[in-house]
Amino acid sequence: MTNSWTDIKNTDLVVVMGGNAAEAHPCGFKWVTEAKANRGAKLIVVDPRYTRTASVSDYYAPIRQGTDIAFLNGVMKYCIDNDKVQWEYMKAFTNASYIVKDGFGYKDGLFTGYDPEKRDYDKSTWDYVLGDDGFVTTDPTLQNPRCVWNLLKEHLAPYTPEMVERICGTPKDKFLKVAEMISECSSPTKTMTSMYALGWTQHSYGSQNIRAMAMLQLILGNIGVRGGGMNALRGHSNIQGLTDLGLMSHLLTGYLTMPTEKDVDFTTYMSTRQFKPLRPGQTSYWQNYRKFMVSFQKAMWGDAARADNDWAFNYIPKLDVPSYDVLRMFELMYQGKVNGYICQGFNPLLAFPNRDKNTEALSKLKWLITMDPLETETARFWENHGDFNPVDTVSIQTEVFQLPTTCFAEEDGSLTNSGRWLQWHWAGGTPPGEAQHDTYIIAQIFLRMRELYRKEGGAFPDPILNMSWDYADPNEPTAEELAKEINGRALTDLMDPTDPTKVQVAAGKQVLNFSQLRDDGSTMCGCWIYSGNFNEQGNNMARRDNHDPDDTGAYLGWSFAWPLNRRTLYNRASADLQGRPWDPSRKLLEWDGSKWTGYDIPDIAPTAKPEDVGPFIMNQEGTARLFTRGMMRDGPFPAHMEPFESPVANVFNPEMRGNPVSRVFETDVAQMGLSDEFPYAATSYRLTEHFHYWTKHNRVNSALQPEFFVEISEELAKEKNIGNGGWVRVWSKRGSVKAKAVVTKRIRPLMCDGKPVHVVGIPLHWGFTGSAKKGFGPNSLAPFVGDANIETPEYKAFLVNIEPSTAPQEATV
Amino acid sequence: MMDSPRTAVSNPPVQPMESNLTERDLIRRSATSELPTPERQLTPVAKLIDVSKCIGCKACQSACVEWNDTHPEIGANVGYYTNPHDLTEDMFTLMRFTEWVNPETDNLEWLIRKDGCMHCADPGCLKACPAPGAIVQYSNGIVDFVHENCIGCGYCIKGCPFNIPRISKVDHRAYKCTLCSDRVAVGQGPACAKACPTQAIVFGTKEDMKKHADDRIADLKSRGYANAGLYDPPGVGGTHVMYVLHHNDKPHIYADLPDDPKISGVVQAWKGVTKYTGLAAMGLVAAGAILHGVFGRANRVQPEDEENAEKLVDSAAGHREDA
Repeated sequence: MTNSWTDIKNTDLVVVMGGNAAEAHPCGFKWVTEAKANRGAKLIVVDPRYTRTASVSDYYAPIRQGTDIAFLNGVMKYCIDNDKVQWEYMKAFTNASYIVKDGFGYKDGLFTGYDPEKRDYDKSTWDYVLGDDGFVTTDPTLQNPRCVWNLLKEHLAPYTPEMVERICGTPKDKFLKVAEMISECSSPTKTMTSMYALGWTQHSYGSQNIRAMAMLQLILGNIGVRGGGMNALRGHSNIQGLTDLGLMSHLLTGYLTMPTEKDVDFTTYMSTRQFKPLRPGQTSYWQNYRKFMVSFQKAMWGDAARADNDWAFNYIPKLDVPSYDVLRMFELMYQGKVNGYICQGFNPLLAFPNRDKNTEALSKLKWLITMDPLETETARFWENHGDFNPVDTVSIQTEVFQLPTTCFAEEDGSLTNSGRWLQWHWAGGTPPGEAQHDTYIIAQIFLRMRELYRKEGGAFPDPILNMSWDYADPNEPTAEELAKEINGRALTDLMDPTDPTKVQVAAGKQVLNFSQLRDDGSTMCGCWIYSGNFNEQGNNMARRDNHDPDDTGAYLGWSFAWPLNRRTLYNRASADLQGRPWDPSRKLLEWDGSKWTGYDIPDIAPTAKPEDVGPFIMNQEGTARLFTRGMMRDGPFPAHMEPFESPVANVFNPEMRGNPVSRVFETDVAQMGLSDEFPYAATSYRLTEHFHYWTKHNRVNSALQPEFFVEISEELAKEKNIGNGGWVRVWSKRGSVKAKAVVTKRIRPLMCDGKPVHVVGIPLHWGFTGSAKKGFGPNSLAPFVGDANIETPEYKAFLVNIEPSTAPQEATV
Repeated sequence: MMDSPRTAVSNPPVQPMESNLTERDLIRRSATSELPTPERQLTPVAKLIDVSKCIGCKACQSACVEWNDTHPEIGANVGYYTNPHDLTEDMFTLMRFTEWVNPETDNLEWLIRKDGCMHCADPGCLKACPAPGAIVQYSNGIVDFVHENCIGCGYCIKGCPFNIPRISKVDHRAYKCTLCSDRVAVGQGPACAKACPTQAIVFGTKEDMKKHADDRIADLKSRGYANAGLYDPPGVGGTHVMYVLHHNDKPHIYADLPDDPKISGVVQAWKGVTKYTGLAAMGLVAAGAILHGVFGRANRVQPEDEENAEKLVDSAAGHREDA
């Protein structure tokens, strides 16, 4: 989230698209009801299904899954055509006026430079024209036909309301009503918030869905303001923490990136990461990258990370491919190239697409370790459960070790919520049976491995032998110790940069925050963006002061938000070029002539003059990007693409399937279905009664939603002779499931490009362990392909067929 | 200290406290003709369920199960989101989902109503109950079942205009929402209201709840719901569980919520008869129930029981047509 959950109460318009906040985030959704009750805010829902969120909305418009870009491009075009743009904001705070290279263009659904063999673009033309001074050439009058604004208008031209209806199946009048309501938020005194989740990310072009809305929000002037923003509703109480702490194969902590094979030494690595400003006087905060990176290396390897060994840069593995994401790992496992797999707090058998492939992949492992508080299907993947898990147990030789862990309520620690708040929690109970904290288990594995490396050596034991492990009890680091390490501390006395005779931070003391980190090895810090979480003031994540002066929704005394306890990112954009709030009644910050003051921690140097320094300090431009240069693999503007499995052809290029640059493994190509064999558009989602695959282990949740089902329209039910509550079989090119049918008015066929499209809704949550009735998940059916930029699987749009059937059978004893 | 909690969202008192709902606060007691007048009048309380704010998350159902420590069975899907499919002795409250196409706009509306005991000011269940002290009403409005006095005859179901109580197949006693009388007695609001993430369920004095409803209705009217209103049906003397409905002109669209609930004529007559010959009649029924209990069978109301009861009523007060 750019903003916070509590800030949603400040909005005038909530747009829930690509998510179902009431269903999947009922507690956070309270802030929508607050906005409605206190500000008269309106709620719009755009979704293939009439959801629980839609049931409390002011306006609902249906959309075919996977066509959000066309819809949003249509709204952007509507706003521009109807002069509903926050012009002053857009001109000053985006790159609209920047001039783009001549070669760049878009035709037949593709940008310049496409290579069908490599499934990749040559992105050299996707860039700005730079002047002799190294800065971007601009035209503040927006007259130059090659400026970003004019290229954007040209790009959006095809997305008329008629085209939106043709692609999305959204009736024109409903689209126009939504566009009109959204466009009203171009007023500096009206704001809109975008609440989205996996409905946007789980597409082969998920990142572009989100970009399209971010661009719309920039045109409307809604980023950095109260009640505005791009608010990703994270699907798991600590999934924000997962990405922040770099638990992705291409990331280190705090969005520092893993080196690749090209980064032969530290100097080379740094040369592509310390971004220089592209406009005069801009902050370009990543210029501090080296401080964060060296401090990270010191946190990892202490005294073994020294200037003369490149700060132990070679201890970090170097990527030979863009990422070892979950799809690639399971593809490698499927190919028999993985020996062992440690599966911590994860249920891949039901979480990753193409379940049959996952089963086969896990069956090729020598060993599998699961660490989980619950009996997961993954831990039991070898067990025959009749139709529910039809494996031949004797043929599976994988040795499985189940290590029971504690659950969140049995341990101290912090959870990072969607709004970037690190909230400390305390153990509320003692662990049952043999359950151990994850930290204990990992420590045991580490200590035993280190001992083996010490005794037996190995190809390169140094990173293991030299890892710092400075905990009171090496067998079990405490949550507090880890939090302090993440905050960072001074390793030698740090002298004050403005007065070298004074000690700023004494050796051994916690740094105040990341502004005190150094690149000379005198500081260590586990995760720079979190720094400030546990400093000499104490555990700031444990703060529980709920005062909120002037009811702004900031709650600065409650927990700790990264970075620097800032609650709204880009908050300098809440004020105009003179530093006055766009909406005085919703002030966040104000320039008092010498510094920024207000309700939030300024997202800019406190003394940076408003007319000089742009609000988007993490960007080299200082502005936000309507045109992303070559930073995204699938294009600098969001363009309509169809899912890999789509009921209709791409209207811009009927030959094109899916995202033209998504990675597709060879064995998966044959497993993609076509609409003649699989005519129905399937989508997957969560239900409020359950949380992932956890709560089916709980009797109460199981009673409230006991059994796996799929949802279809009354029209499709009639066509297929399916009765409400009857058994159906649903199958795709990759698998087959049996489910109860819920026949509902909440799903209606959509008319797309002249033909009716029937939607089949498939909730997750069921498996073959736990209290609920045994069932299946959508992953038995979904395709093994991900987003071109981040590899999130395409769970929200694929093709299936459906027929009436009999009940699935349990295993016979 | 206040005699009843004013909200469900505040945290409970941390000190143990005496129950504030006692025998002396009863204003009605089933099959009991002479009840001492309470020395004090507790502030009437109410739970307000704003259907327009409800997202159907079932947190209320979950909280109800947890607080009352019931064990609803894990059933099957029969084509609806309503689970279990009806109120049971283990499920005192239930989200009922209705897909309704508004004929005026042709738009679908997904109406989600939390069903459960309405805590009528004029409780039909209590009036129908022949077992002394099995159903009681406190001066704050809460209608509660006292299970040790229940004979499982099922007359309360007959008497209830909302079809709420359910007889346990295990102990043959009647169960329903207590409005968390055990929580309210010690300064806490009902568990469902405490758990509700959108505060669609709120709790307080009946007066405060009516005021809150007024604000909500004004908001709904501003959003085009011209018939938004408060459901506090006069036919049962008003209720201590009230709804804000977007379409208060047709409550029946919300999973058959009665448009104009009334206590059945039979029960009204029964109420009359208790004043004269009721005690003897109840003695008979109660004895029958005990026999049933001995043989371990559910004490359902049989057609002949019904007939006998009506005969008794007729003989005592003269036959009346059910209005």
